Order: sequence, then structure tokens, then C-alpha cells
Amino acid sequence: MTSSTVLKGKAFKFGDDISTDHIIPGRYSHLRSNLSELAKHVMEDANPNFAHKVASGDLIVAGKNFGLGSSREHAALVIKLAGVSGILAKSVARIFYRNAINQGLPVLICDTDKIDDGDEIEVNLSKGEIINHTNGACLTFGKLPRVMLNILQAGGLIPYIREYGDFII
Amino acid sequence: MGKTLSEKILSEKSGTDARAGDIVIAPVDLVFAQDTTGPLTIRQFKEMKHSSLANPQRTVLFLDHAVPSPNRQLSNDHTFLRRFAEETGCLIFEGGCGICHQLVAEMFASPGDIIVGADSHTVTAGGLGAFATGMGSSDIAIVFALGKTWFRVPESFKITIEGRFPRRVGAKDLVLHLIGALEADGATYKALEFDGGTIARMTISDRLTIANMAVEAGAKVGIFPSDGVTRRYLTSRGRVNKYKAVYPDVDAEYERAVAIDVAELEPMVAVPHTVDSVVPARMLTGTKVDQVFIGTCTNGRLEDLAVAASILKSKKCHPSVRLLVAPASQQVLTTALRAGYIETLIAAGAILLPPGCAACFGLHQGVLGDNEVCLSTANRNFKGRMGNPDASIYLASPATAAAAAITGEITDPRELS
Repeated sequence: MTSSTVLKGKAFKFGDDISTDHIIPGRYSHLRSNLSELAKHVMEDANPNFAHKVASGDLIVAGKNFGLGSSREHAALVIKLAGVSGILAKSVARIFYRNAINQGLPVLICDTDKIDDGDEIEVNLSKGEIINHTNGACLTFGKLPRVMLNILQAGGLIPYIREYGDFII
Repeated sequence: MGKTLSEKILSEKSGTDARAGDIVIAPVDLVFAQDTTGPLTIRQFKEMKHSSLANPQRTVLFLDHAVPSPNRQLSNDHTFLRRFAEETGCLIFEGGCGICHQLVAEMFASPGDIIVGADSHTVTAGGLGAFATGMGSSDIAIVFALGKTWFRVPESFKITIEGRFPRRVGAKDLVLHLIGALEADGATYKALEFDGGTIARMTISDRLTIANMAVEAGAKVGIFPSDGVTRRYLTSRGRVNKYKAVYPDVDAEYERAVAIDVAELEPMVAVPHTVDSVVPARMLTGTKVDQVFIGTCTNGRLEDLAVAASILKSKKCHPSVRLLVAPASQQVLTTALRAGYIETLIAAGAILLPPGCAACFGLHQGVLGDNEVCLSTANRNFKGRMGNPDASIYLASPATAAAAAITGEITDPRELS
């Protein structure tokens, strides 16, 4: 498995309906070919301090319909570039879901009410469990379709196709 | 058990008995990217070390979001796209031709097609009976190379539309009402399949408006069966040979059924900052607007400009309102010029923008100031969408937009003569 099976970090909590405009606004379209600059604005319209505070391994924890709106894959990409190891949400918009997995960024559907901002979270992808070390809660998450799991395990869609040459379903 | 429209198209294309929930691999009839998603698509394509495109004549780049380019970085992105088109032989539409979704409708989309684009509003082509959906740059790069992709066959909602629209109430009010009822994630991963007596009386322009906003309820596609109206549209575009009857089986299985009587609708408005916060325009009377924007892939077509011009004819915009008008394509612009709509709108005080996405996504050509309010005919009102997180966006029909341009506040357009 190319992607790490254990994700460990602090939770950054967001509400429902965080759009790709919150994640990386259209006004920064001119930075889309300069990803390190673009990444400085990650989540800017949802939490202006996020880019400064997030540390490698931390997790985004959201309510329902995370990543709705534009198809811009830059949304998943800048979250990954910021060092975020995974996204936990009650539900995720369709295009963002594919984009995140295609970037090798795990997205897990679970009951995020049991996680607060700043909680220490550990996710074991192979065991299928999430432990909240701050309050002791143990959560499970929904299974990915096999094609998406294989893409995630390959580290993203491009490495997957380079490895297999085609989709295997 | 019969099949929905999505199941039928995906079965035929994938050569399998495709049922909701299945994962299928299907060839793609048209794949495209635009100027803000195209550069990443091409970099991902190059990363694959794949030397050629699967179907250069069915692979298209559209320069529509940042045209004319407002800065050097985007100009360089455009150069990068042009070079790729030269190297690979894919098609490219330069700035000024129009919005990708409008050009896909005018020139490419046909019933039963599978269309994927690196833009979420790719769903628009569902108005012509295509199974059309948006994807990110990596997915699109793979389709550039392989000419196919994987789909999860969606469950479908049947949306049955009956009745006659009241005066100055139309397709945009209908789709805003529908999204308000379904909510912004109410149809996530689903297909919205339209049906009912009213759709036979709807123009392709109306159908494109409705299909365009399916994604605002989270849907994968918004799809109409084809009929005589579709055939006439394709005939007028010189591709009647692409007409095909596509319709669901009578015993198809739907996850949910929604019935709408349009006779009961009134002008609707989505209020900041979500598309599913929908209320009748009359409840917002007195809400002052600074900018009115008529255009976009939702409502920048000839019929939309005709409605706006009919309301603004011999009138002036309110002195505190800036009215921006961006036709969805060059053909819309030239036809509207000949019909006199553009002259009417400019005489009323409109600023005419070039065919393209214009002010919709917050990069240029109408970025809002702090605490400003825009009433737009676009499809999204997310915080920050029009370039400023401290501004507010209301979404409405061209008729409601034209009414606000005159009065300077949100107004039920039925109240104007």
C-alpha cells in the first residue's frame, strides 16, 4: 500500500456545506499553475488561520456535503499539499470525492459529531477504525468501492493507471 | 424490471446490463477541459507518459473562464493550452467563442452521448439527452489518454413537471424551487431524470438551464428524454443525423419521485450563501442590489437576453445599479445583436461583456466590493464566489434580474409592466 495505513493528527473542525470556493476561491485562479503559492490560501474563506496552523498529519473534520461546487481538483490538491493526511465528513460531494481519492487523499464517511476541533485523532485504514484520543470515542467509517480503494492504495489515479494500464473493476 | 434513462445509456455504452449501484467502464463521446482546469489536466496527462490522445477530434479545450486574460499567469496558462492543442491535434476554442457548456450544446452534445468535462456544470448537456457529468483534472486526463472512464451507475429521481408557467415565471424559478426542495446534498450521486407534460413545451434553452443546476443538489446528471424539440434543435445546428430517441422504460425503478405543478410557481430567489436557501422574490422586496449580472451557462442564452430586453425596453437601470450582461456564446451575441436585444440592454445602461464566464466565479469582470450585493442569473452563491467573501450573492431568473436592475432592489418581476 503506497498510502499510509495509519493517519494521526489534530482535528480541524468545519461545518456543513464547505464548498470548493471556501477551500480554494476562484479569485486565486491565476495561481493554479503555481501550487505552492496556491496552497497558502487553503480553506481561506472558511478559516483564515488554517494554512498557518495546520501541521503535517492533521485531519479535516467536516459536517455534510464537504467539497460541493466546482470540479477544481486544486481543492483536493491544496489540502494534500498543506499536509492534511485525511478528511472525515458525514458526507462528501461527488466530484470532490473522486478528486481526493485520485490525489491519494483518504476521505472517510463517518459520524463526525463525536469529534471536536483540536481533538487528537488516529485513523487505521486497514482496520477500518477511527479513535478519538481526546474523548475516547471509537468510530467506524463506510467502505470505499473497490475501484476507489485500489486507486487510493496506488497513491492516486495517475500512479494507478501507470501501474495497471487500465481500470480494473 | 425496466431501466432508467441513465441505466439505458450506461448499459448500451458499456455493453453490460448496468443497474443502479454497479460500477461500469464506458467509452466517452466527448471529453473537455476549460482554461482553469485544463493546465492541471494536461500536467496529469503528461505525468502518465502517455504519448497520444485517444480521440483528438472529440477532445476539446475551451478558453472561457479567464478571457480576455486579466494577468500574465493566466495568459501563460492559455499559451500552455494552445501548445498542447498544437502538439496533440485536439480541438481548441479561443476566448470569445463562448462558455464551454453552451458550445458543447451548440456543437457537440447529442441524445445518448456520454460527455465528461473538467467543469462541474458539464451536466448542462443533459438538456439534450446526454449522460453528461463533471470530473476533476486527473479523471479527465485519463479520458484524454484512454477514451473511457469508470462510472458508478446512479440511482435516479424522477422529476415530473406538469402545468403551464405563469407570466414571468420560467425554468430558472422551477430549478431553484427544485433545489430548495431537494436541498444542496439531496441528490448526491443520483441522476435527476425529468418527465411530464410540461417538458414537451420547454425549449432546449429551458432544459439546459434546468440540467445545468442539477449539480447544485449534488446530482451526477440532470437528464431529459429526447423528443421533437431536441430533433428541431439538432436540425437547426446541422446535426439532425445525431438525433436518437432516448427515453426510460415505463417500468423503470426510481429511488424517489418529485412532482411539480409549475402553475403554482412564482419568481424564486436563492439567498446567500447556499443555493438551496430559496424563497419567493416577493419576500425579499426592499433588498438593495449594487450589481445585476445576466449571463453564465445557466442563463446567458438568447431566450434569456430576450426576456431581459423585453422588461428593460425603453427603461433605464436604477442609478445605483451596475448591470452586466455576458452572452453565453458568440452565436448568442450575434443573434441577440440582430434581434435588437443588445441595443435595448445597452440603452438601459448595461455593460456588455464578452461571451464567457465573466463575473460568475470571482476572478474578474465584476468582482464585488465589501458588503456589496449582487443579483445574478448564475448557479452559485457560495461565500466568496464573486471574488469577495464579504459580499452577498442572490440567484434568480433573467426576468427577476431585469426587474432588480430597474428598481435597484429585489423585485417580483410580475409587478412591473
